[in-house]
Amino acid sequence: MGRQLEFEIFRFNPQKQGDVPRMQTYVLEETTNMTLFIALNRLREEQDPSLVFDFCCRAGICGACAMVINGRPGLACQTKTKDQPGKITLHPLPVFKLVGDLAVDTGVWFREMYDKTESWVHTSRTFDPAAQEERMDNAVAEQIYELERCIECGCCVSACGTARLREDFMGAAALNRIARFVVDPRDQRTDSDYFEIIGNDNGIFGCMGLLACEDVCPKGLPLQNQLGFLRRKMGITAIKEIFRK
Amino acid sequence: MQTHYSDLLVIGAGLAGERVACEAAQNGFKATCLSIVPARRSHSSAAQGGMQAALGNCAKGDGDCPDVHFIDTVKGSDWGCDQEVARLFADTAPIEMRRLAHWGVPWNRVVPGKSTFFKGGEKFEKYEKDENEGLITARSFGGTAKWRTCYTSDGTGHAVMCTMDNRCAELGIDVFDKKEAVSLIHDGETCTGAVVRCLRTGELEVFLAKATAICTGGFGRIYKATTNAVICDGGGHIIAHDTGVVPIGNPEAIQFHPTGIVPTDILVTEGCRGDGGTLLDVNEERFMNIYEPDKAELASRDVVSRWMTHHMRQGKGVKSPYGEHLWLDIRHLGNEHISTKLREVDEICHHFLGVDPRHELIPVRPTQHYTMAGIRTDKDGSAYGLKGLFSAGEAACWDMHGFNRLGGNSLAETVVAGGIIGAKIVEFLKGYETTFNTQTINQAVIKQRERIENLIRGKNGRLNVYEVRNEMQEALMKGCFVFRNQQGLEECVETLQGTLDKAKRVGLVSDGTGPNYELAAALKIKGQVRLALCIAQAALQRTESRGSHNREDYPERNDKDWLNRTLAYWPENADMPELSYEDTTAKFEIPPGDRGYGGGTIIPADEGYVRDRTVESPVNELGTKK
Repeated sequence: MGRQLEFEIFRFNPQKQGDVPRMQTYVLEETTNMTLFIALNRLREEQDPSLVFDFCCRAGICGACAMVINGRPGLACQTKTKDQPGKITLHPLPVFKLVGDLAVDTGVWFREMYDKTESWVHTSRTFDPAAQEERMDNAVAEQIYELERCIECGCCVSACGTARLREDFMGAAALNRIARFVVDPRDQRTDSDYFEIIGNDNGIFGCMGLLACEDVCPKGLPLQNQLGFLRRKMGITAIKEIFRK
Repeated sequence: MQTHYSDLLVIGAGLAGERVACEAAQNGFKATCLSIVPARRSHSSAAQGGMQAALGNCAKGDGDCPDVHFIDTVKGSDWGCDQEVARLFADTAPIEMRRLAHWGVPWNRVVPGKSTFFKGGEKFEKYEKDENEGLITARSFGGTAKWRTCYTSDGTGHAVMCTMDNRCAELGIDVFDKKEAVSLIHDGETCTGAVVRCLRTGELEVFLAKATAICTGGFGRIYKATTNAVICDGGGHIIAHDTGVVPIGNPEAIQFHPTGIVPTDILVTEGCRGDGGTLLDVNEERFMNIYEPDKAELASRDVVSRWMTHHMRQGKGVKSPYGEHLWLDIRHLGNEHISTKLREVDEICHHFLGVDPRHELIPVRPTQHYTMAGIRTDKDGSAYGLKGLFSAGEAACWDMHGFNRLGGNSLAETVVAGGIIGAKIVEFLKGYETTFNTQTINQAVIKQRERIENLIRGKNGRLNVYEVRNEMQEALMKGCFVFRNQQGLEECVETLQGTLDKAKRVGLVSDGTGPNYELAAALKIKGQVRLALCIAQAALQRTESRGSHNREDYPERNDKDWLNRTLAYWPENADMPELSYEDTTAKFEIPPGDRGYGGGTIIPADEGYVRDRTVESPVNELGTKK
């Protein structure tokens, strides 16, 4: 027989009149290769159908199931119960708006981020369906992809000291997004254009350098390197701007 | 109640849905997308392999062209596809890949010079030409004559999804997430939008549109073991099928993959077997070499899945709390190979199983993977039965896959079909005005509101939705999986009829307020069981084996009687689907022939029938380019 796991889960349904935030305890027997995906679904299907949490791909690819697991933001689908103590405490991600229990609204947050960073290739070229594709160096393509691996789970944002203090801080995901376009030769934006977006306290200068974003990123993205890269680049841009004036 | 209005309402914001929406928005129409999850979490993003398009840029793709891609697709479909659609697809794919590059996809590119690659565990050399440096490159995939699969490292779906969603943001398309369509608004002839449940608040909303496109992906989740994301539950199919006038095309055409890991059915790549991995049973003995002495583990997907299922039926499966499974053994490949060539497999084993594949066995079983079945449309993507309703991607039976889809053709289809069908929708919108009938809208909303209240109050019964769902999933796994035969299918149909009765008597355990998931499950359970019944009944009627549809009692492909497509309708208040049939294709560029793999005998079609439909083509009747 497996361990009797004790789950302490944050409960609150904002749509339910008079509901108050609280912790609720559930007990479940551990089975071989159990992940939090299996455990939470069993809890909902066998014990409490009112439990709210999100899963989508359940394979660590989509980022839907990020939550705070024993105090640390991470993906529930790739968390094995055998790596956790017998008591597992689950909270929703902070910073994002709560949908209910363990589910938060990352969709709206990230969509606003796309608009702020103008998250698309800015080019004056038009597409010619009859022409051969424009050439690109393979190493550059791979470099772009390395930064585009972000799954928008929100772990970095919820682990960020500045984001917890200030709603308008863009966070590591947004700065990483900008870096993705900076390295893309197809994007014709200049350094000054990028400076307009991130050259302030909401962007690169708001970071306190606590490094939690990179620590909790389930994809192991080099978030701090990107911040450093952009700070250097934007610092140079800022100095150039000063001398131009 | 909120009412939203747009020219085009797209239900589903994966690659197909967003591509359709982009086409409409680029042409000045207001497009709105709905999605259960933020768009980038769509199942499209999970596709790692790549997209097939005959660019012919890389060395092993030399001489490739849309004709060869067309031939592979038709053969792959086991002559079950619409050849006009397969032609349209193969010809358009290269243009769409280039367009994606223009929009921002970081495709891997040709690197000139000498490099090595593996095939069947053996090492070979290739030379990339200098003049092709920097063009989009391609990798090898099963069932294709050339290297044709465009890719972005090991995250093609993710990268293309990011670019497509960026494009939607650029075009200002409203992509609403956490919204689930619970019914279409229609009068039996014309579709004018959908009733939608907000998954943040639980409120109902109305989305009205001149055209509606369903792009909700596959419905693998009606099977117990599936590689599909949890959102691939057939929601889009159900609301279309529910109208009674829109048929599901080829419901019996469901693809299975041999190596989903147990318990979570995440896919581990075919590369494990390609590189020399073996399958073991409960006694840790090999068995594929007994059944397929020549190819053993390297036989095609459906063949390996079949023998694995057979072997477990012989009592050689490994028992587990999650059901029976077999073992995949890659221990002998060694640390270096596993750490480099099979890195993704190593990571999956580590993250989801806590298994080190260097020293431990990987639990695997055949798993539902893809639905060739779908909302039947014509070649313009227009759904049968309702004006103003369209469908694209895995949700649709546009029918370029027939009875078996080739690897790399599904992800390519999302974008290619999305572009083609999006353009057809633009044509439709340009010459079309509609009126919104308030009575029709109100009735649609009232009907959904009543359903929800009845479920909450337990008016029709108090059966547990998850128990009913489990019964359906198990029935399909037992009777309608890799192997099918008359007795198993008859039992499956009978069980599912009982399950359908139970599905009508489901009631909630929880109170159903707000973003309640039990309610979402309860709202679609009846429709899911109906889909399951369509699969089982269509499979029972089809007395032949074609592609993924394998009848033990009818092992031959029967072109004489079954060169056709099943259409499954569900008229209102019926207890069983109504099946009818149509020709697979109006025109043959390639007359029915041997696929070149999988063996099996063919009962030939009537010669006159084939001759009358055969057209002039750049490919000859042996299935090669002229």
